Amino acid sequence: MAKIMNTKQRILRAVVIFLICVITIIYLIPLLFVIHTSVKPWEFIKDYPPKILFKPTIASYVRIFTARTPLPPGVELSEKEIEDMKWYERLVYRDTNEEIVRQGDLPRRYLNSIIIVIGSTVITIVIGTLAAYGFSRGKMRGKDDWLFFILTTRMLPPVVVVIPVFLMFRSLSLTDTHIGLILLYTVFNVSFAVWVMKGFIDEIPIEYEEAALVDGYTRFQVFMKIVIPQATTGIAATAVFCFIFAWNEYAFAFLLSRKYAQTVPAWLPYQMGVLGYDWGAAAAGTFVFLLPAMIFTIILRKHLVRGITFGAIRK
Amino acid sequence: MGKNVNETPGMELEAHYRHMRDKTLMRVFILPTLVLLIAINVFPLIWSLFLSFTNYSAKMVNVWGKNPEWIGSGNFARILTDPEMWEKFITTAKYVVMTVAGEMILGFGLALLLQLDFKGRGLITTLLVLPMTMSPVIVGLMWKLFYDPNWGMFNFLLGLGRIDWISDPNRNLYSIVIADIWMWTPFVMLLSLAGLGAVPKYLYEAAEIDRASWWFKFTRITLPMVSPILMLALIFRIIEAFKIFDLPMGITGRGAMAPPLLAMHLYNVSFVTWNTSYGSAIGYIMLIMVLAITLVLVKYLNKAKQ
Repeated sequence: MAKIMNTKQRILRAVVIFLICVITIIYLIPLLFVIHTSVKPWEFIKDYPPKILFKPTIASYVRIFTARTPLPPGVELSEKEIEDMKWYERLVYRDTNEEIVRQGDLPRRYLNSIIIVIGSTVITIVIGTLAAYGFSRGKMRGKDDWLFFILTTRMLPPVVVVIPVFLMFRSLSLTDTHIGLILLYTVFNVSFAVWVMKGFIDEIPIEYEEAALVDGYTRFQVFMKIVIPQATTGIAATAVFCFIFAWNEYAFAFLLSRKYAQTVPAWLPYQMGVLGYDWGAAAAGTFVFLLPAMIFTIILRKHLVRGITFGAIRK
Repeated sequence: MGKNVNETPGMELEAHYRHMRDKTLMRVFILPTLVLLIAINVFPLIWSLFLSFTNYSAKMVNVWGKNPEWIGSGNFARILTDPEMWEKFITTAKYVVMTVAGEMILGFGLALLLQLDFKGRGLITTLLVLPMTMSPVIVGLMWKLFYDPNWGMFNFLLGLGRIDWISDPNRNLYSIVIADIWMWTPFVMLLSLAGLGAVPKYLYEAAEIDRASWWFKFTRITLPMVSPILMLALIFRIIEAFKIFDLPMGITGRGAMAPPLLAMHLYNVSFVTWNTSYGSAIGYIMLIMVLAITLVLVKYLNKAKQ
């Protein structure tokens, strides 16, 4: 519907759009600052007032991905030796006079995060979709009570649950294992998955299933061949949400993983001292970690409201 | 079975059989979820309820009668009479009020601005929403870098001197409040946008015909129509802010620089001084408080819906 606007309205409109743009830029400053710091050359990192314009470098990323040792004092490499270095070795040497000894701890933590998050997301989606279908189509007594019970498990503060879980995991030797965190994240996410998936399945017309049942399909065939294909968007959106939640989880990971199965959020905040207050490397690590969640958020934007309200609001 | 539905004899029985199977199958579908939740959520909770009435430290060897030792409501009595605990309750309450108020006002305000339809609106909404899906502890780390008095941008951009936001006990709570508001304002904004979008257009058109003022339209149409969704946002935010743990862990850590927030205290009691049963009791008090707040707000929510 095109509306005829007078000059006053047009100016007001321009002012509001301008205001929104300014707010958005201000809003993104902390994030831009991290990206900015992560590409800042070593010599400017500790400058105050902060240097804004410079030639960006990826040296900070090299530092967060590697473990380095300082060269003994007095050792000076010749031009030839510097020439023969790999490009990343040269970057590190020029900045901090260090030698790369091995891969850093970040790749390992990143891999842990990926294993645990994908493992738990897959299990969550499988059992969550089954349960959601059961709750959506089943006619059992006390259905709403069970659904409410499932929801309350998610409302508990994780710090309350963490004490008994810690004791339980300790006696089952599940602390610092991938499987332990996968189980925990599955429990953490399954209530969410059931609620959101139930909303998606409720929207699928039941008539197809009834017709298929009359045609002699078994209930399981109906579920696999009719419900699942129609629920793919819902399943994908729910899976991405579960991925983001598990990717970001901190309290459980921090308490229940020490080294072997440690995830990035449990590890990165404690690197400041270890990195010798290398702010550039910390910023680089932060950005590398935030990137997947940011990309997924952009993919998910149409389903965000539904997800963050556990399916209470369907847009 | 089931292929030959046209056969008349036994059809009823067949349908009955199938219905039974159906019901069982639905239960089988739900079973894994329930088993998992009961094993890793309900069972531990009952366990910690038991522990909260005992004197137990996870650091020491289990000896029944000694560790854990049944002390009845001793932990709860200690918590409620400890002035240090009250300081924690009050700080947490202050934190909840400040963050939630800030988020509701800013989030709803932003949503009102974003009601305007213009090119790039979708992009801007997506950009604004980014902080919400980031890991809170990493957002904390990010703000820690941002606040740093020696080289961080926060003071510089605001034209403040080298103010120490993190280790100063008078300011560290505010440093977390600001980061929390930054992170969760988009949440309120997104819900408000959904609510505002659902207000029927004809209401505004009718008001337009009556030459109603902007203020009249806002207070008589917009606010009542979006209040249920604002209530929902409020409930979510209060619960989350009450149990805040990740964000302060990223900014101040749990040590001496940390402001006295409940969840951080619970962590220190349970896993630093290893007073497990006392920690469980604090956990249960928090749980009861969250439930009480939720129930009261849900009541208001149902009222707002009518």
